[in-house]
Amino acid sequence: MTEERKDQSSAESGSKTSPIKKARPVARRPRAKKEEKPLPPSPKQSILDNYVQMITKKVHEDALEESYINRAGEHIPTLVVKNEHWFEVASFLKTGLHFVYIQNYSGVDYQTHMEVVCHLYSFIRKERIAIRVKADREQPTFPSLTSLYPAANWNEREMYDLLGFHFEGHPNLTRIFMPDDWEGHPLRKDYEPLDKEV
Amino acid sequence: MLRTEEMILNVGPQHPSTHGVLRLLVTLDGEVIKEATPVIGYLHRGTEKLAEDLNYTQIIPYTDRLDYLSAMTNNYALVHAVESMMELEIPERAEYLRVITMELNRIASHLVWMGTFLLDVGAMSPFLFAFRDREQILDLLNELCGARITFNYMRVGGVKWDAPEGWLRKVKDFVAYMRKKMKEYHRLITGNEIFVQRTKGVGRYDQERAIQYSLSGANLRVTGVKWDLRKDQPYSIYDRFEFDIPTGKTGDLYEKYICRMQEIVESLKIVDQAIEQFPEKGPIMGKVPRVLRVPEGEIYAGIESPRGELGCHIVSKGKDKPWRLKFRRPSFYNLQILPTLLKGENISNLVVILGGIDIVLGEVDG
Repeated sequence: MTEERKDQSSAESGSKTSPIKKARPVARRPRAKKEEKPLPPSPKQSILDNYVQMITKKVHEDALEESYINRAGEHIPTLVVKNEHWFEVASFLKTGLHFVYIQNYSGVDYQTHMEVVCHLYSFIRKERIAIRVKADREQPTFPSLTSLYPAANWNEREMYDLLGFHFEGHPNLTRIFMPDDWEGHPLRKDYEPLDKEV
Repeated sequence: MLRTEEMILNVGPQHPSTHGVLRLLVTLDGEVIKEATPVIGYLHRGTEKLAEDLNYTQIIPYTDRLDYLSAMTNNYALVHAVESMMELEIPERAEYLRVITMELNRIASHLVWMGTFLLDVGAMSPFLFAFRDREQILDLLNELCGARITFNYMRVGGVKWDAPEGWLRKVKDFVAYMRKKMKEYHRLITGNEIFVQRTKGVGRYDQERAIQYSLSGANLRVTGVKWDLRKDQPYSIYDRFEFDIPTGKTGDLYEKYICRMQEIVESLKIVDQAIEQFPEKGPIMGKVPRVLRVPEGEIYAGIESPRGELGCHIVSKGKDKPWRLKFRRPSFYNLQILPTLLKGENISNLVVILGGIDIVLGEVDG
């Protein structure tokens, strides 16, 4: 099925080359410009540096793997946290920096590794932050944030159900959407449905 | 000696007062609820899984079916995330059409909530009035995009259809009509003794608990948090309009009702201003490449849907299909607080408190 689709699309693009060529520069232009000169520093850079400094000082020296500004859309300070320090960093963000509100909490299968992304918001600072944590693909295990954020409860169950993530310390890690006797975790990239026709 | 023991009562999934296919396992001690456990997933269609095999335009109709009471905002949540990632410019006229349709849809959604909530309380007639007025909005949107519920109206870069001749005047007439009807609603419901007794002080929660559970929309605002993404993280052209964010204090059901009714008024204000500023000419679609390839990266963009913060988390690998698409569905978050709200309540309040949260099961289950 997928091969057929690919063939069709390549045939289409072959026959109608001219309109595609015309349309492309519109989307590519801003990107090409960016590659030419180095990006100007983000206005959020100082905020990010501040967070990194505080976390390395108050949580653990090497709690963070990486930190950068995600420039897509709004500039969002992003921290890549080490798995073993995930709970402590989240706890510090909540109690120390007032990031109390979960905007989004989702899991991604990158094929090389598994990842959990959490977007938090602070009503006091009026700032957003994203924290990411990686885990081994074969046995994706993360510390649970449910005791910190009750809102994380169902999200973690959702990730367990659809991606097979295991959350240590979750009070009730059971399937939430799929039937209890379902085999496999549908959002994993290597998932094969029982009945392929469906 | 009277024998008493706990009873487990099953509510739903096929029950008219659960607003869809929600199932509740309720443990009762006499008439007092000891514990309530929501069981969800009866309407799970795997939208996020399906989206991984579709290109961005093909996903739009699927978003209609998440929160089917306000499909316009769902359309926009996806389109907005894709646009911010591709850094596209949207024509003015399209932006105004988007705002008008989204706000009309918000009014329609709140009217359904108001009608069904009053059914939950035990009042039959407001439901009929609410649906009479909602029908006017559906007719307007039907004229614009040919569908009453599942609009499939927005596209990456603009909107699909331009406003037909005379449509804006009809919207303007509707705004005037609706303003008159709001007075009628207040006369009918707001001062009603039974309604007040049934809702005041019921289903209360404080600010701290609301934030703990990451509630959003009116569910958060009734506790006094002034948090509306249209103001706090402005998207589209919302910074051009003047409107207030209604908030409450105590967080009970009566304030939820007042809050949502005020939101209808604010939406009417926005629609009114949008019609005033509406550009007479111009394209409705921006310059968009034929094949939408979202640059590699990750984005989370949220908008204010009638139920709260509706967000779209896209992970792209530079292809025309998303690597991972996740919806932050407000009903899913809002429903989580239900067990704590129901604990210790009388069974007769179960349906009202559930109704007050304003869930759409299509959105809860994704």
